[in-house]
Amino acid sequence: MLELQNISYSVRENGVEKNILKNISLIINDHQNVVITGQNGSGKSTLAKIIMGIIQPTSGKIIFNGEDITHLSVTERARKGIAFGFQQPVTFKGLKVRDLLEIILPQNTNCHECCTYLAKVGLCAKDYLERPLDNKLSGGELKRIEIATVLARQAKLNIFDEPEAGIDLWSFDNLVDIFQQQQATNIIISHQHKIIAIADTVVLLNSAKIDKVGTPDEVIKFINTTKQCAKLGGTH
Amino acid sequence: MDEITKELLAQTSNLHEIPQGAYNIRKNGQLLARNTTAAIQIVSKTDQDGIDIIIAPNTQNQSVHIPVVITKGGLNDLVYNNFYIGENCDVLIVAGCGIHNDSDQSSTHNGIHTFHIGKNAKVKYVEKHLGLGNNAGAKNLNPTTQIFMEENSSFTMETIQLGGVNYADRKTNATLKAHATLIINEKILTTDQQKALTNFTVELVGDDSKVEVTSRSVAKNQSFQAFNSNIIGKAQCFGHVECDGIISDQAVINSTPQISAQDVNAMLVHEAAIGKISADQMIKLMTLGLTQEQAEAHIISGFLS
Repeated sequence: MLELQNISYSVRENGVEKNILKNISLIINDHQNVVITGQNGSGKSTLAKIIMGIIQPTSGKIIFNGEDITHLSVTERARKGIAFGFQQPVTFKGLKVRDLLEIILPQNTNCHECCTYLAKVGLCAKDYLERPLDNKLSGGELKRIEIATVLARQAKLNIFDEPEAGIDLWSFDNLVDIFQQQQATNIIISHQHKIIAIADTVVLLNSAKIDKVGTPDEVIKFINTTKQCAKLGGTH
Repeated sequence: MDEITKELLAQTSNLHEIPQGAYNIRKNGQLLARNTTAAIQIVSKTDQDGIDIIIAPNTQNQSVHIPVVITKGGLNDLVYNNFYIGENCDVLIVAGCGIHNDSDQSSTHNGIHTFHIGKNAKVKYVEKHLGLGNNAGAKNLNPTTQIFMEENSSFTMETIQLGGVNYADRKTNATLKAHATLIINEKILTTDQQKALTNFTVELVGDDSKVEVTSRSVAKNQSFQAFNSNIIGKAQCFGHVECDGIISDQAVINSTPQISAQDVNAMLVHEAAIGKISADQMIKLMTLGLTQEQAEAHIISGFLS
């Protein structure tokens, strides 16, 4: 279980304190698909990075499976079972797809297991294992490899920051299936209606705060009522 | 063969035993071992220190190892090796150099290699440079490579400085005739106070000749690297130079890629990027469970692989 207790994060801009997140409290139970949605700039990605430890909150606590992880490093959180899929996949000169998977998987992992995770995202291992993780791969290919690395970790908690960004329609449908089949807890930052629709819980962020927590129907109804849909870029 | 020599040969030339085929092993300025084959002759020069390696036309899938090891201090080794590669050959040439110097005097190897590549010949040339031993006596390596490429020939050069070399001055000059292709991959790691200088000059004189130079360097601590390349297009040709560097601590890398198009159909490109390891790359690997140190080691190892 993940518990966020009064998480706040602020930055100073031109000498003025600006709240990116303010008093975010949330409980996410195991094996749930939780979608965090909201307007651009509402703090979704920042919240995801705070959970992973990439950004330190200004105040508040993060409890993961009963342990306070607020001050743990990214590495320590990863080792405790949190995985993170970046919105913009990172490229490396010299590292191959195989290298990333070999970091994650046990040393005696065979090619078949690498294939399993690449196949889940619609990539043929034969074609991709030896490919360098550089800009010669398309944005969509990089994104799918990014998602494969998250799946390969078999973590307790997966965080996906806009996993749909940059991938084609076929891969998107496949992605939705992956989220539905996952046994882990998934926190998914997304604007997409299809992803929101499979959530057990949807969290709507607005202006650094939680505006609404509920089922997909409840949150979409709330959005429609409060006329946030246009700002969400076509959530429904 | 003593253990130090074996280690140097293994690391610089991937030789774990006496190789099959042609070889010439030079140790401390002297010939240690040599073998020739029907297709590959190795002949000592009579006018200066060095060898001529003569590869008969049409020699296919054969290799030549000409490693150099230095295991003592106070040696300034200068050797001239000329390669004559016949038409239609397809060969691998491995020419590593390792210095193990535990003394307080410098040891230097200056290897002057000249390649004459025949028509339609294909050559892969690998040179690895390594310095071992305590830091009192410097380990210096100054390789000079001159390449003359006939029509439709191909030369792939991998030049790798594995570490421990106090000073290196690497000069490579090439002239390419029509349809010739030159690929150079350089990888250099420097640490501490080490200094590595690289100069490439490539003249593309024949139509449809092509050169690709890729340099990847990592400079740590207070080390210094300078990369200078000059690609001159004198015909309808293509040239591409890419220099990527990672620096940390107080290290310095200077990159000066120069291109000179002297024909309206010459197409020359250069790219250069130097900086510290990207924070995004570090964080990505840390989200996979690596520590900061492990992540850095992975990134550098991949970069120089």
